Amino acid sequence: MTSVTSMTSAAVEHETLSTAQAINRALRDAMAEDPTVLVLGEDVGALGGVFRVTDGLTAQFGEDRCFDTPLAEAGIAGFAVGLAMNGMRPVIEMQFDAFAYPAFEQVVSHIAKMRNRTRGRVGLPLVIRVPYAGGIGGVEHHCDSSESYYAHTPGLHVVAPSNPSDAYSLLREAIASPDPVVFLEPKKLYWAKGDVALGNAREPGIGTAVVRRRGSDATLIAYGPSVPVALEAAEVAARDGRSLQVVDLRSIVPFDDATVCAAVESTGRAVVIAEAAGFASIASEIAARVSERCFHSLSAPVRRVTGFDIPYPPPKLEHIQLPSVDRILDAVDDLQWEDA
Amino acid sequence: MLLDPDGRPTAAGKAALPAGEELLRGLAGMVTARRFNEQASALVRQGRLAVYPSSYGQEACQVAAAQVLADGDWLFPTYRDTAAAVARGVDPVEVLGLLKGDWHSGYDPYERRVAPLTTPLATQLPHAVGVAHAARLRGESTVVLAICGDGGTSEGDFHEALNFAAVFRAPVVFFVQNNQYAISVPLARQSAAPSLAHKGVGYGIPGEQVDGNDLAALLDVLSRAVERARAGAGPQLVEGRTYRMQAHTNADDATRYRTDDEVAGWAAKDPLVRLETYLRAEGVLDDAHAAAFAEAAEQVARRTRDGINQDVEPNPDDLFGYVFAQPTPQLVEQRALVRDELSREEARS
Repeated sequence: MTSVTSMTSAAVEHETLSTAQAINRALRDAMAEDPTVLVLGEDVGALGGVFRVTDGLTAQFGEDRCFDTPLAEAGIAGFAVGLAMNGMRPVIEMQFDAFAYPAFEQVVSHIAKMRNRTRGRVGLPLVIRVPYAGGIGGVEHHCDSSESYYAHTPGLHVVAPSNPSDAYSLLREAIASPDPVVFLEPKKLYWAKGDVALGNAREPGIGTAVVRRRGSDATLIAYGPSVPVALEAAEVAARDGRSLQVVDLRSIVPFDDATVCAAVESTGRAVVIAEAAGFASIASEIAARVSERCFHSLSAPVRRVTGFDIPYPPPKLEHIQLPSVDRILDAVDDLQWEDA
Repeated sequence: MLLDPDGRPTAAGKAALPAGEELLRGLAGMVTARRFNEQASALVRQGRLAVYPSSYGQEACQVAAAQVLADGDWLFPTYRDTAAAVARGVDPVEVLGLLKGDWHSGYDPYERRVAPLTTPLATQLPHAVGVAHAARLRGESTVVLAICGDGGTSEGDFHEALNFAAVFRAPVVFFVQNNQYAISVPLARQSAAPSLAHKGVGYGIPGEQVDGNDLAALLDVLSRAVERARAGAGPQLVEGRTYRMQAHTNADDATRYRTDDEVAGWAAKDPLVRLETYLRAEGVLDDAHAAAFAEAAEQVARRTRDGINQDVEPNPDDLFGYVFAQPTPQLVEQRALVRDELSREEARS
């Protein structure tokens, strides 16, 4: 167990880890700290998960703490409800985004509603880990951006890290949360490495967006797998003399209106970027919120760069679906600069 | 069957009948359960409850499900099992919370270890398995009794729960109250299995069918299943064959899908009459007992009536207060908007 418990940066241990390793470390540290934390799902035991995210947990903590379940997602989610009702902090894995759909009723009708139903008497401290989104050449049912389904359901927190350090800290906080958290893991970032601040100092917390890059001309708003793309677009734009700011939401629910609005107001222009199909999506919600709240600071309508309203494409066509640097920069070019 | 419909012990009954005291307690519970069913239905007619799915005729199942459990055990009811929750000691007014309409669930599930009543079918079964497994991980001897109906056995969650329980050897007793109908759809349209108890075979767990209108047999079968689970032998499936004597709810018209003859046939198998006949014949029950049971039932009915007739003004703030442990900034904003609307409304009136 790590001895780092203080919030002072001097005491925080750092390590270079991939996102998958950072998530593994967060699970390991949480399990070491709290014996009620359980990890369960399909293939999370001996195999260590199809992405090796749970690698070594059964060996270290035993089969009572990290274990395989029957192949039944509704069962996994419903079983976790009972575990959480009775003193445990289950972290369940839905093997792939689209494999989580059988659990939908348990998630929407029970996990999200139990606290409200019982006037706060039964809280469900559980985490639903979902390897999600595309960009890995996956076959059908392995690449869905399913965040809107969860975010549209009152009672769920929904977070999506964009880097290994956030993956670690957001997951530690999700496990410690008294409420259910849907933890969306961008699959294409599993192998991306970065510096990770370890320990249970969780700043900034769930519900806080951060400005990843300062800029003065326009603000790009992204989360999860779209953040690195937005940062790359900002880098390219800088070479062309345009200063783009990048906001990383980190948390979809709760949504950080304050940081997003301050960022948009400081530039007067905004582009929202997300992989998910754009219609009735998180990107649309953000565009609406920004338009409602920042209308008088806007020099142009808010643009969205999202996936098309099509089922996720096969591997050889997925590059067309994913928001690209060029598509983002085209949207930025459309922000009525002639009026400036 | 331990007692036949006329209240005579069967051959099996002569060997296995529970003690007279247990049966007296069960009869008292059934008298209360029936009175509670009648009272709740009356409250619907009076417009005090939105709806009431009655367990009239199923009182033996309702009472047995509660009576076989120890204080530390858990009961997972369906929405029709309000009488079972009352038998377990939950306040009858709070039990009817969902149906009263001022909140979704009225009681603290931890107080008597009764999970909230909800309307989705079979979704409570995997919860029951999780509660049981958590208890087992901590080395506790808790047993969970989870109820579902014949219709509920068709749901995927029934299958997944039984399979999980079997694989993890969770101490759960799955009690199917087969009342022959899922609203209007008869058992034959739910399952082609020889019996619902047969379904246990597919999970590698014992399945036992029992006359659901025979309290003595129910106590016998369910308490053996509970003790078997407690001893670590894993889950069991019990099917109680009973009958929903009334319509699904007050909003249903049962004459559209079943005959009066069929209903009359089951009325002759009434669980209260059967047990009372036996206990009187044995000299275990006398008029003084019967009067005391009726009076206790009347007290529950009175408490139910008085509580439900009391108008409690729901607080609109509560709509935002329990979504999360801490409301999000958006919920705080929305609560403020509602407060503002209400205060302006009040100022106008």
